[in-house]
Amino acid sequence: MIAAEHLKVAFGSNVALASVSLRVAAGEWVALIGPNGAGKTTLLRAIARMIRADGNLVIAGRPVTSLSHRKLAALIAYIPQHPVLPSELTGGDYVLLGRTPHIGWFGTESATDRRICAELMARMGLAQMAQRQLGSLSGGETQRLVLARALAQQAPILLLDEPTSALDLGNRVDALELVDELRRERSLTVLSAIHDLTLAGQFADRLVLLAQGQIAAAGEPTAVLREDVLSRAFGAGVRVLRTDDGELAVHSRRRRV
Amino acid sequence: MRPAATTGAAAVGAPSAPASQRAGQPSLDAGGQSATALVGGIRAGRPILAATAVLLAALVIGISIGPADLSLGTMARSLVEHLPWHPDTGVAPLDAAIVWQIRLPRVLLGALVGATLAGGGAAYQGVFRNPLADPYLLGVAAGAGLGATAIIVSGASLALLPAAAFAGAAAAVVLTYALGAHARRLGDDTGLVGGAGPGTGAGTASILLAGIAVAALFTAAQTFLQQQHTQNLQVIYGWILGGLTGATWSQIALIFPYVALAAAVLLAHRRLLDVLRIGEAEAGSLGVNVPRLRLVVVVAATVGVAAAVSVSGLIGFVGIIVPHAVRLTTGHSYRIVLPVSMIGGAAFVVLADAAARILLAPAEIPLGVITAAAGAPFFLFVLRSRRARQGVA
Repeated sequence: MIAAEHLKVAFGSNVALASVSLRVAAGEWVALIGPNGAGKTTLLRAIARMIRADGNLVIAGRPVTSLSHRKLAALIAYIPQHPVLPSELTGGDYVLLGRTPHIGWFGTESATDRRICAELMARMGLAQMAQRQLGSLSGGETQRLVLARALAQQAPILLLDEPTSALDLGNRVDALELVDELRRERSLTVLSAIHDLTLAGQFADRLVLLAQGQIAAAGEPTAVLREDVLSRAFGAGVRVLRTDDGELAVHSRRRRV
Repeated sequence: MRPAATTGAAAVGAPSAPASQRAGQPSLDAGGQSATALVGGIRAGRPILAATAVLLAALVIGISIGPADLSLGTMARSLVEHLPWHPDTGVAPLDAAIVWQIRLPRVLLGALVGATLAGGGAAYQGVFRNPLADPYLLGVAAGAGLGATAIIVSGASLALLPAAAFAGAAAAVVLTYALGAHARRLGDDTGLVGGAGPGTGAGTASILLAGIAVAALFTAAQTFLQQQHTQNLQVIYGWILGGLTGATWSQIALIFPYVALAAAVLLAHRRLLDVLRIGEAEAGSLGVNVPRLRLVVVVAATVGVAAAVSVSGLIGFVGIIVPHAVRLTTGHSYRIVLPVSMIGGAAFVVLADAAARILLAPAEIPLGVITAAAGAPFFLFVLRSRRARQGVA
């Protein structure tokens, strides 16, 4: 679904992405991990074409340069790390914004658009939030509304930038479980940046470790979540433990013990 | 804590969600239908009707007020005179002329100007996502002021004044946009303006800064011209303060095509301005071509506002106060804010002009003084009453 070759992004003389090549297959969940400033957000934004990037980028078999803004938005739904949430907007109107790629420049939402959003919100247990204002909702509730808005785009590709960073322990797992269920139900392709290495290993099919604008390691969680690989990328002592049910848990070491 | 999700038909409901929604694929015929009613979209009908009623009342008050004491019946009959196949009304020709040639054009011109300033202000606030944006933000006022001053001091026919004011306003905004775009390209290359690339607000920040610079430049030129010709000071000052004195049908005909076009274009973009409320970056990721949207809206608003100020002078405050009063009383969606601001702006200027005519009669107070003096307390009142309502709720 996503085929990026030698993507390069520079802000002035500051190179954010050196030369990144990445393929994400249809239905796959790939997680971008790496230290702050490694280029995770930049890579997501470059794939969503929100910033200019050199290199080749093919989305759903089509070079992105041949796609209009609207066609691209019908293929890729992007959720930034900190979405703008106008506090007076109701949940229902917010989710309706996701239908924008399917509405003409001067058009307005049709009954079909409203039905799609209503069904989606019912499916995600958000029906009672349709009339509530965003400013009155909790972090976990808004996170699910943002996901609903992205799914209302009905795009086959979902790009998530740190979808769990604002959530507590339980809400984190809930949010990622929801993404996982919906992606299986709707055969979505997911590419997400995730800070929490343990969660990344639990949910993603493959991990891509970015460091200093380049791919430092990529592969299945067991191949990437290794003490030597992570210690080098993060510049910190790391221990990788295996839990009783066989999952990997990443544990940071104090500098001085 | 929660059941492990194994398939797509696993539980996802919120803890408080009804059981029907939690049981895998929820029964949409029940939950979905009620939700369809909930995701109803934005309805602007009632606020528009209410604002229209206020505007009609304002128009009646505006036409009623003046030195000649005319009854409502006389006014109604004077208007009937201009219908085709009208019955014989028996209105004195002088009274009919006062209504048709003096009061009606003044009130209608005020309504057009008010609608354009308020609609333009709402559009600027939407497109720059800045509550302090007003229609004079990008140099319209300074440019129009320079054009008008140039004509007045040159001794040319004042009939040229609207054209010169319009040209000055347009020139200022074109210069602002060119400077802003140039600064933005520099910013992209050097990182001097704004953050990391487009979508972070760097685009609007550079345009707003350019607007400040251009306004300062044009105001300096205007002040210089004015100081060189102090004998014209009163005429220049009278124009800058704004007013509808001596409004004519030909002025209405002159600006109508521009303000109508501007209103049509702005209203056509009201849903996209709603999408822009979640920010340029996210609107872009939803497929909206944000730079194009911004350009179209700014050009439309500028053409309308430049046409309005070319005949009315610089009436201040309308473009900020009316859209905010609408937001505070009816809602934040541009599908409500744009049309209701236009209607409400028309009513506000008509009423302000009525006050300008009667408060110190037979002298007239400059309309710009009234809009500012009446606007500020009115705004505080709206803000206060809303706070009080929220305090109760």
